[in-house]
Amino acid sequence: MTAAATSGAAIDVRQITKRFNNFTAVDAITFAVERGEVFGLLGPNGAGKSTLIRMLTTLIPPTSGTALVDGCDIVRQADGVRRAIGVIPQAMTSDLELSARENLLIFAKLYGVSRDRRRRLIPELLAAVELTQWADRPVKTLSGGMRRRLEVARGLVHEPRILFLDEPTTGLDPVSRVSVWEMLQRIRGHQDLTVLLTTHYMDEADRLCDRVAIVDHGKLMALDSPLRLKASVPGENVLEVSFSATPPDWVERLRSLPGVAGVSGEPPVFRIVSERGPATTMALLEAAETAGLAVQSLAVQSTTLDDVFVHYTGRQLRDALQAPSPADRLVGMGRR
Amino acid sequence: MQRAWAIIERELRRFRRSPTLIAVSMLFPIVQLVVLGYAFGGNVKRLKLGVVDQDHGVPAVRLRELAGAVAANARTFEPIPYDDQGRALSDLRDGRINGVLTIPPEFSRRSLIHDEPRVALIEDNTDNFVSNALAGSLTALVGAYNRPAATSDRTPGDATLEVVEIYPYVPYIQYLLPGAISMSIFMMVMIGGGIIFIDDKARGLHEGYLVTPITKLELIAGFNLSGAIKAVLSGSVLMTVGSVIAGIPDPFEPLRLMRLFLVIVVVALALVSMMFLLMVRVSDPLLPRAIFGVLNTLLFFPSGAVYPQQAFPGWMRAIAAVDPFTYAVHAFKSLLLKNTGLHAVAGDLAYLVVFSALAMTAATLLFKRTL
Repeated sequence: MTAAATSGAAIDVRQITKRFNNFTAVDAITFAVERGEVFGLLGPNGAGKSTLIRMLTTLIPPTSGTALVDGCDIVRQADGVRRAIGVIPQAMTSDLELSARENLLIFAKLYGVSRDRRRRLIPELLAAVELTQWADRPVKTLSGGMRRRLEVARGLVHEPRILFLDEPTTGLDPVSRVSVWEMLQRIRGHQDLTVLLTTHYMDEADRLCDRVAIVDHGKLMALDSPLRLKASVPGENVLEVSFSATPPDWVERLRSLPGVAGVSGEPPVFRIVSERGPATTMALLEAAETAGLAVQSLAVQSTTLDDVFVHYTGRQLRDALQAPSPADRLVGMGRR
Repeated sequence: MQRAWAIIERELRRFRRSPTLIAVSMLFPIVQLVVLGYAFGGNVKRLKLGVVDQDHGVPAVRLRELAGAVAANARTFEPIPYDDQGRALSDLRDGRINGVLTIPPEFSRRSLIHDEPRVALIEDNTDNFVSNALAGSLTALVGAYNRPAATSDRTPGDATLEVVEIYPYVPYIQYLLPGAISMSIFMMVMIGGGIIFIDDKARGLHEGYLVTPITKLELIAGFNLSGAIKAVLSGSVLMTVGSVIAGIPDPFEPLRLMRLFLVIVVVALALVSMMFLLMVRVSDPLLPRAIFGVLNTLLFFPSGAVYPQQAFPGWMRAIAAVDPFTYAVHAFKSLLLKNTGLHAVAGDLAYLVVFSALAMTAATLLFKRTL
């Protein structure tokens, strides 16, 4: 029985920091992931998510601070960490010339999985990721979604207690993304697994994660369940509205509408955060009619993690995604 | 045309940002010019000639003095005195010397009574360049012996040189075969060990290994033994097929095949270790491709695979002295062309094993188990 078996947290991160020369990729982050939890690190490229996951998976040492994974120190007990975790890296790294089954077999051997367990596990995993039919085809003939599902199976081939997924659906088409999500939910339903995943997709974090940590510029900006994070943002609804044209004082008029907590955007497109969505919508339409403005489009939606991200970081996630990723440049050297 | 210019611009911009490629593409022809320029056609020198004087008379002494003069001036060969002809022939067969000049017991007496005095050159004819140089030099030496400064009644009679080749005629294709086997091992090490290693690293495949409980030594052993196995397969195929094509006598003799296989294994380990040391800190997939040609030229031609090292200038012999190809080629030549035992290649094997150990130790120290 490992030390982790007696401690509560599956992952216990304590003031972990990583610097590359003068650039601080991860800045004194602290959090804990409970056993059986699906924990999301949400942030744009360059936020420090991948650097953090590389430290937790023993690929790079931290500059300061530490973390316990399954009760093992990531520096001093790296081997214990490696035995407890499964890792699905950001890049697709399965051998293209080998078949799906061969890829799983090789990794099972790398993890020291016994022959009997291999015989049982590999067909089970292939079935779980719906690749049984394609098990003996070279990986290069599989679609991107299939390859990603194979990578997930590869990460589970030694029945790890903790699974790390670094941007599991980046680069996949919408159908494949949903397929990977469903598979992860299915696997989680069948085995007692702690999952830490990084993503820059709000919907992915919202759908998969029990708790989400918002990371930006290497710092932890917020941490809670998606529901609570959304509740922490003023306003329950977001109205996205566009007009044909607007007078100069139109932003002030919008702010004075009932229930409005905030207005952002550039005329003639506005984003209105409201605490009383229906009342604000009615008042907005009346105000537009009175002013003789034509409403070109109007969408009312609940607060999303995107709004949470804006609230805590002061910028849109889609804007942040445009920024280059210094940590990726420094850590992922040599990768195509 | 604008579209064509766009492609040209892209290629030139990329080229400008690949300093390694630029440097190597310019360095390669220069290396080839210099190495190939000195690898072929030089005068063969410093051959080792065993001299067995069974006569010890004045004419025999004079002949030995003439041999000493050749060693001091033309330097085609260096005479090495032997008391025992059997030991000289044994050293000849093991490749320690290139020929044996035997002055028979009756040489002086026959010389003085003008009774067709003869000396014999027994030579290792597995290297035609060497054997021709040796025979030519000794023919000239005997010619000089036959032209005394003054004549008298006691002027000895003209001596003749009898040349004896200890092996059947070795055609050039057989001469090239040891180098070809070494090259096949090197090619597989370069492609299977070097290029694939860096490509996998660049694709992130190594990251997949690093998150598993595999140890640093297991990783190094895995990378290198897989490269060595592929290289051994390649070398074994070339050795078998090449022997048949080149017409090596009795190519499937089991004992010789076993000895050759041992040498192939040792050579593969040495070259894989060298490649791992060169690539252990490399991450740019272009680099192994770029240095492939340079390394090939720098290791293959000075090894004596295509021309005897005795014809090389000093700097090239210095490269040859540390070049693992040299020892590989020598070992394959001994086993394939002379069918010697392992004792004749023990020195080669010892060098290659030490070379492997040193290269692997250095590479292990440089290898990082993290990204």
